[in-house]
Amino acid sequence: MEKVIGRPRTLKEVPFHYCPGCGHSIIHRLVAEVIEELGIRGRSIGIPPCGCAVLAYYYIDVDMVEAAHGRAAAVATGIKRCLPDRVVFTYQGDGDLAAIGIAEVIHAANRGERITTIFVNNGVYGMTGGQMAPTTLLDQRTTTTPAGRQERLDGPPLKMCEMLGQLDGAAYLARGSVHSAKHVVKTKTFIREAFKAQLDDAGFSMVEILSPCPSNWKRSPIASARWIEEVMTSVFPLGVVKDAREKTQ
Amino acid sequence: MEDRVLLRGSEVIGEAALRAGCRCYFGYPITPQNELPEYMARRMAEIEGAVFLQSESELAGINMVLGASVTGTRVMTSSSSPGISLMQEGLSYLAACELPAVVVNIVRGGPGLGNIAPAQSDYFQATRGGGHGDYRCIVLAPASLQEAADVTYEAFDLADRYRIPVIIMGDGMMGQIMEPVRLPPFKKEVPKKDWSIRGAGDGPSRFVRSLLLDVNVLEEHNWKLYRKYQRIERREVRYDAYMADDADFIIVAYGTAARIAKGAVKRSREKGRTVGLLRPITLWPFPSQVLREYAERVKGFLVFEMSMGQMLEDVKLAVEGRAPVEFFGRPGGVVVTPLELERTVARRYHRLLAARG
Repeated sequence: MEKVIGRPRTLKEVPFHYCPGCGHSIIHRLVAEVIEELGIRGRSIGIPPCGCAVLAYYYIDVDMVEAAHGRAAAVATGIKRCLPDRVVFTYQGDGDLAAIGIAEVIHAANRGERITTIFVNNGVYGMTGGQMAPTTLLDQRTTTTPAGRQERLDGPPLKMCEMLGQLDGAAYLARGSVHSAKHVVKTKTFIREAFKAQLDDAGFSMVEILSPCPSNWKRSPIASARWIEEVMTSVFPLGVVKDAREKTQ
Repeated sequence: MEDRVLLRGSEVIGEAALRAGCRCYFGYPITPQNELPEYMARRMAEIEGAVFLQSESELAGINMVLGASVTGTRVMTSSSSPGISLMQEGLSYLAACELPAVVVNIVRGGPGLGNIAPAQSDYFQATRGGGHGDYRCIVLAPASLQEAADVTYEAFDLADRYRIPVIIMGDGMMGQIMEPVRLPPFKKEVPKKDWSIRGAGDGPSRFVRSLLLDVNVLEEHNWKLYRKYQRIERREVRYDAYMADDADFIIVAYGTAARIAKGAVKRSREKGRTVGLLRPITLWPFPSQVLREYAERVKGFLVFEMSMGQMLEDVKLAVEGRAPVEFFGRPGGVVVTPLELERTVARRYHRLLAARG
């Protein structure tokens, strides 16, 4: 019998440490598949974040450099400027990218830094135990918003794709989700396009991915997937937010 | 460019860095060191493949440095005190990941926004690591522009040899003065770095990290760093002694303060007082051993700083009570004249000699 699908070689044969129902393992696999399909494994360098995905280097079989919390885009800039023919990507959570590292990502995007950012948005700080993130929805309960996030106190959730879409240096921005098989497949095409934008020297590229965090959402994996479908996507609409390459094609 | 030139301090550091093989500079503007990034912006544009990038902050800048360093590129940043404070996080990560980098601190008066006048108040921050965790940076404090060229040139070798951040401490005066300098030659080759991260190619992937969750693993990493720091303490101490061998009273000063102290020593000698100068060039590793040796023969020391008793602690730790250690400091960016220092030295000198015979 012919094997038609299997674990990509760019994903190490190691069990994930992530919680049941967590989206990181799916997203790791998508990144690994895209890197493999594009044939760029040997010249890819990844920057994992501070957060649950810091151990991405245990799973994704490419060279990796750990960054301080929020500084992935700056580290990636340093690498890419020195090695312009390498494929450099960051893998960041919502606290890492949209709170402490927002200056770094805005300026990297504005410079049109030829890097690709995988931005995992699960609306909470996962590793520290479920505190409010910049992307936490209004009225969403977290350990630091026990009564739910209030706009008057904490502002509304930050929409990074739309925000970065204002910048001329951002070539490709899309928002996907991994809460259903259909969206996993769609998200993979976004990730592929984001890497291709880098390979085409088009500018900065980012894929924001809505991802379940059942442990901190205090929901089952199934209820978490449903919550993304019914609630989260209404605040963070899915699809290509910006593709500056379209103009020139 | 000719090898013997008249340049201002910040340009000397920049040119020496380029000649040492530095091909990458990241930084954020702050007075009094803007001439250095401006020089690098001009010169990097003339060198093929060289990188100059003005970062959006010192936080970003030092992390760009980390990214460049991990590729094996010789890289530098520069700033002044408040900006160096922002870089402490990155310095801790560089130290933890054992990545080489050269960081120039043109120190200004502090704390807070302070002022832009020459000061030495970042001594603790530089010599004690500065950021979180048990680590050290090599700290070089030149007192002339020739020495600034020499230590900058050497800083990149030290950084690579020990895989450690190296800090060059100056101040606005060192950055602005002009002196004739003989520049070192352009390095044709820099060391290959088998640890660098440049993409796995066909081989196994590697990673660089500082997260070591297992306490035993992190302890072993700290021991490894500690042993490296001990090696550096044994091998890399640099200092200059001026009229110290027959001195009864030794001024200990570095950088701009040492220039003033040298003037005070000359004036003191003209008046028959046996005063000398011991000038640390490496603030870490500190020349403790030589101070201990002098402590056996002198009647006392005077630590002179443009800060309020920071290096004083290292001198006291070195001398361990073998001789009296006096202190004279002027903080806030005040630069005393050799005459003022000489008068202070004279008072302390006569008091000490009267007391000790």
